[in-house]
Amino acid sequence: MGLLGLLSKLFHKSGSSAKSDTGAVKMVESKRKEEKSVADKITVGHVHMSGCTGCLVSLADNYGGLLTILDRYADLVYGLTLADVRHIPKMDVALVEGSCCINDKCSVDEIKETREKAAVVVAVGGCACYGNITRFCRGGQQNQPQHESFLPIGDLIKVDVYIPGCAPTPQMIRNVCVMAYLLLKGNAEQKALATSYLKPLMDLAAKGTEACFCNLMTEVINQGLCMGCGSCAAACPVRAITHEYGKPQGQRDLCIKCGACYAQCPRSFYSFDVVNNYEAILGAINGALQ
Amino acid sequence: MANELGNYKTCVSARSTDKEILKCSQDGGIVTQLFAFALEEGIIDGAIVAGPGEEPWRPQPMVAMSKDELLAARGTKYNISPNVSFIKEATRSFGLDKVGIVGTPCQMQAIRKGMLYPFGWRDVPDKIALALGIFCMENFPYQSIVQLVEDHAGQKLENVSKMNIGKGKFWVYTDRGAVVDLPLKVTHKYEQPGCHVCLDYVANLADISTGSVGSPDGWSTVFVRNAKGETVWTKAVAAGCFETKPIEQVKPGLELVTKLANEKITKNQKTIAGRASFGAGKALRNPYI
Ligand SMILES: Cc1cc2nc3c(=O)[nH]c(=O)nc-3n(C[C@H](O)[C@H](O)[C@H](O)COP(=O)(O)OP(=O)(O)OC[C@H]3O[C@@H](n4cnc5c(N)ncnc54)[C@H](O)[C@@H]3O)c2cc1C
Ligand code: SF4
Ligand code: SF4
Ligand code: SF4
Repeated sequence: MGLLGLLSKLFHKSGSSAKSDTGAVKMVESKRKEEKSVADKITVGHVHMSGCTGCLVSLADNYGGLLTILDRYADLVYGLTLADVRHIPKMDVALVEGSCCINDKCSVDEIKETREKAAVVVAVGGCACYGNITRFCRGGQQNQPQHESFLPIGDLIKVDVYIPGCAPTPQMIRNVCVMAYLLLKGNAEQKALATSYLKPLMDLAAKGTEACFCNLMTEVINQGLCMGCGSCAAACPVRAITHEYGKPQGQRDLCIKCGACYAQCPRSFYSFDVVNNYEAILGAINGALQ
Repeated sequence: MANELGNYKTCVSARSTDKEILKCSQDGGIVTQLFAFALEEGIIDGAIVAGPGEEPWRPQPMVAMSKDELLAARGTKYNISPNVSFIKEATRSFGLDKVGIVGTPCQMQAIRKGMLYPFGWRDVPDKIALALGIFCMENFPYQSIVQLVEDHAGQKLENVSKMNIGKGKFWVYTDRGAVVDLPLKVTHKYEQPGCHVCLDYVANLADISTGSVGSPDGWSTVFVRNAKGETVWTKAVAAGCFETKPIEQVKPGLELVTKLANEKITKNQKTIAGRASFGAGKALRNPYI
């Protein structure tokens, strides 16, 4: 059992001991609930390609929320240092962090195997989606100085869902995990909600493997769509974006190509069906993690 | 047209009871008064507003953490203030746990999209404590305002005390008492292009939204939209912050708001449809699909 499994066990042990005075009926009830929820869990793996582990830390920064996810909705079946499993198993959802070094056979095999074994592949973070900082690699690092060619995983396999950003936020990873669960295990209504929530992230995955501040120029400003809200600047992890006379200006030398600005922009994608229901959706996500 | 005014629990005509706020606010001082009250009550730790910038009437987003700072940011600047650009900064450099923000309908859309899809807004969604929306037909680049005020209206921008769009005209008031009005026919071509695909007039996604349209001069139309908005509004009214009148009892009332909302949405839907066949067999991008 991995670290998170242990943590999750501990967490729930203390939770149930606090309620040790509850009646037998309740215990049976909760046991039944537990069994049911276990049976309905999805299987999730964290596949670590060439990334800085920031995405994983972000996932872990959901704290109690993560434990709830692992307890009720998802079994972690694979994850370096987290689950004691050597080979990529079959799973429902693969959360892939990092780009793939094509000079490293092991990485290439692993990403292909991930595609074979996982029903849904999620590229978590800028490196997996767009290369991000690994685009700037020129090799020379010990102890594999010849490793210099890093590709976003979408250049090697089909990717289903993108979560851009560096690091992608804990809340965004959490939302996608909950939505993936609803998509795979929910009732018709929940499936529909999850589909409309995830659709823009699937569209991003289908769109390509390059991102840059320039997306705001070519696909928003040049297209006559920018209205100067400032969402992009607030999303940039390296403060490459400032607003001059209301419009975003990028210091393109600073840009690490994480894709957060374009994804965050309300004029990149915007679904009235989803956003008009922000209260109900956030309520459902928070409720699921209570 | 369905739901052009968005969901709301109550709608009233209102104005602040604070003379100081009313002195330089755009309309009924709703935004400044609500933030001042929310600051005092600890509902927010600060608010992102459109503060004074480097040139006259050029706004610079700022985090107001006192009533004085809120007062300094009163009044409508008819050009872009990228208030949302401060949403993460407010929770970081400024250390706010409960953030207030005022913005146009598109900025409210940005906030709600960002709460659902916080790609780069780490720990921000739960800290948005009060989102106030202002009605908006269109906005302008700063240089358009320079051109309208200095070239068309013939006034120096630094002498202007207030600008307003109302009663079918763009009004410029100066410190020395001159009043110039320009027909909107003149202003239209100077609008920000991004506004022409905008499908929200009355900030449907704010907690509370407000604008001048529908209410008499000096008063504001206020939509209280959700449970959070209702809690804040009820408390503020109970604390004597506002005079209110039922919207049914004021002229021109909701009928005009509905009419303008419909006009805006219909016109912009046409623009969006036109973009689909803008080139020869080439579409311009549609953000809504
Ligand atoms: C571009 C624009 C177009 C508008 N169009 C309409 C309209 O068609 N019909 C209508 O009824 N009302 C419109 N309004 C709203 C109206 O002008 C007033 O802002 C609103 O009634 C609030 O007035 P108040 O007295 O309650 O606010 P005040 O107490 O004066 O406070 C106004 C607040 O808005 C902030 N603000 C000012 N300019 C901007 C800006 N450019 N971007 C973001 N925040 C800003 C200020 O910093 C301040 O906090 C528009 C506003 C803007 C900015
Ligand atoms: S987020 Fe999009 S619409 Fe908003 S300022 Fe940036 S590019 Fe413009
Ligand atoms: S400008 Fe910033 S947010 Fe946009 S891709 Fe570059 S680093 Fe990422
Ligand atoms: S018209 Fe729409 S896009 Fe333009 S500033 Fe107003 S709310 Fe934003």
